[in-house]
Amino acid sequence: MRRWTSPALQGLVLAVAVVLIALLPRFTSEFRLGQFTYVAIYFVALLGLNILTGYNGQISLGHAAFMGIGGYTAAVLILGRKGFELLGQHPSHVIPDHGMRAVFTIPIAGLVAGATGYLFGIPALRLGGHSLALATLAVAVSFPAVAKRFEHLTGGGGGLSLPLPHAPLGWHISTPHWLYYEAWVSAGILFVVAWLLVRGRVGRAWRAIRDGEIAAVSSGVSPAVYKTLAFGISAAYAGVAGALFAIQVSYINPDTFPVTLSILLLASVVIGGLSSLSGVIVGALVLEFLPIYAQAPPLLHLHFAKQAGPVVFGIALMVIVLLMPGGAASLIRRITRPVTGALARKG
Amino acid sequence: MALLAVENVTRRFGGIVALADVSLALEKGQIVGLIGPNGAGKTTLFNLVTRLYRPNSGRILFDDKDLTRTPAYRIVRLGIARTFQNVVLFQHMTVLENLLVGAHSRLRPFSGGRGRKQALQMLEYLQLGEFGERLPGGLPFGTLKRVELARALAARPTLLLLDEPAGGLNHEEVGELADVIRRLRRDFDLTILLVEHHMSLVMSVSDRVHVLNFGRKIAEGTPGEVQANPAVIEAYLGAESVDAA
Repeated sequence: MRRWTSPALQGLVLAVAVVLIALLPRFTSEFRLGQFTYVAIYFVALLGLNILTGYNGQISLGHAAFMGIGGYTAAVLILGRKGFELLGQHPSHVIPDHGMRAVFTIPIAGLVAGATGYLFGIPALRLGGHSLALATLAVAVSFPAVAKRFEHLTGGGGGLSLPLPHAPLGWHISTPHWLYYEAWVSAGILFVVAWLLVRGRVGRAWRAIRDGEIAAVSSGVSPAVYKTLAFGISAAYAGVAGALFAIQVSYINPDTFPVTLSILLLASVVIGGLSSLSGVIVGALVLEFLPIYAQAPPLLHLHFAKQAGPVVFGIALMVIVLLMPGGAASLIRRITRPVTGALARKG
Repeated sequence: MALLAVENVTRRFGGIVALADVSLALEKGQIVGLIGPNGAGKTTLFNLVTRLYRPNSGRILFDDKDLTRTPAYRIVRLGIARTFQNVVLFQHMTVLENLLVGAHSRLRPFSGGRGRKQALQMLEYLQLGEFGERLPGGLPFGTLKRVELARALAARPTLLLLDEPAGGLNHEEVGELADVIRRLRRDFDLTILLVEHHMSLVMSVSDRVHVLNFGRKIAEGTPGEVQANPAVIEAYLGAESVDAA
């Protein structure tokens, strides 16, 4: 199989996507805009999870926990001890006195979550397949309980309300617009970073380990170095997504990042297409809109229970795994192949 | 001074002794054949030299450096590359990318086009130029073997370990292989250790041949000496046949 698109077409698609994202706020309500902000946030989280699972072959059912770490890092830094006290909380002394501007907390949240993920990646070296799935699931399951327990850092079960952010430097746009741009600029930067990583020496090492660890080792690739690196970077992406999420909602509590989110993230990566960066956007759209439309399918005038979302999600996942294991990305490839004249079939 | 010296190496798996007190040495520039019936320990020896296994006792010296404590992923950086008996390629990466992984230890992060250019040259050298953007799946077995060889060479090793390069090749391809191996030694200044069942190939290209049987070395010498050695004939044909002859 050849590369499915020429660089020129890839560039064109990317340019169109950037223009669409930039212009969307002109044509849509603030409510819709909020939904597309969540798409950007999921896009970031799914990019990270795809690096880990799609490109490096390590499974994670615990990415909501890394999002949570990022979310709490952002929330705590935005509030500062003063902010905690205003909420009637008793903050820990490790929290800085004064709050920070929300946008500056995003990279810090990425670093904190990334460092945590890197550390988790070290014992994960000894695990693989089912054991790793269980270990990461355990992280996701325990996260809300741990967050409740450390009240002085997290505000406990009551959660933390954050001040509504405003556009900086006297930029006259509404808060939803600002949050939309903040999320999509972050997503754009992280997309470029992921693209550079994945196609270069690091990405080849990740994929080589995924395809065959022994051959990778014999080619000079250290599994320990690259697997922990993948975990760290993947968790950093989740951390940024978590920070954006907390800022977008202006509130965080231990149940903001539940186990089900971890599972839906993994399902969305598979639906979008493992080891496809372009498929990630499909996964993010599905993750945001599928549960909404599943509850009230358009044109059918039906209204299902709130639980319909996960059910439809599960069905979609099964259909995709059975009919197109490559996910949405493989479908796009199948459609564009004749168009671009890309030849030779996958053997 | 020997480039590779295996000294009294023993490797056990549970109760089974895969290699018992085996020694052999390769001088720089030699092509050395390693033969023996199935299960004789040939691949085990490869896995010990490339540090996928650690010897229970004995030493392995490469360029006078003891490899016993070297992690497996550093072996190729020291100058030892290998192929696998049953061709292990990265199935979801293009042929060109397979070569770039082979060159991993020589490339810097974000080195860009230089590694790619060298990999393309290597593909041309092994007449694989047209396959660069293909995935390994669906390519003929003989082609896959050459891709794997190209990946090993992409590391620019000084010592190349070939595990049954003729296995699965047709008659014509085996004929070409002897030339390819000699050409590799000349063009890349290589020393080659060759595990092979195809006797005429081993005997025609090797400077020296070592024979393993049940994990022990039973003979060593020039191809002529080894072929005339009664112990070797017995190992290959069985004692009765020798008696009958």
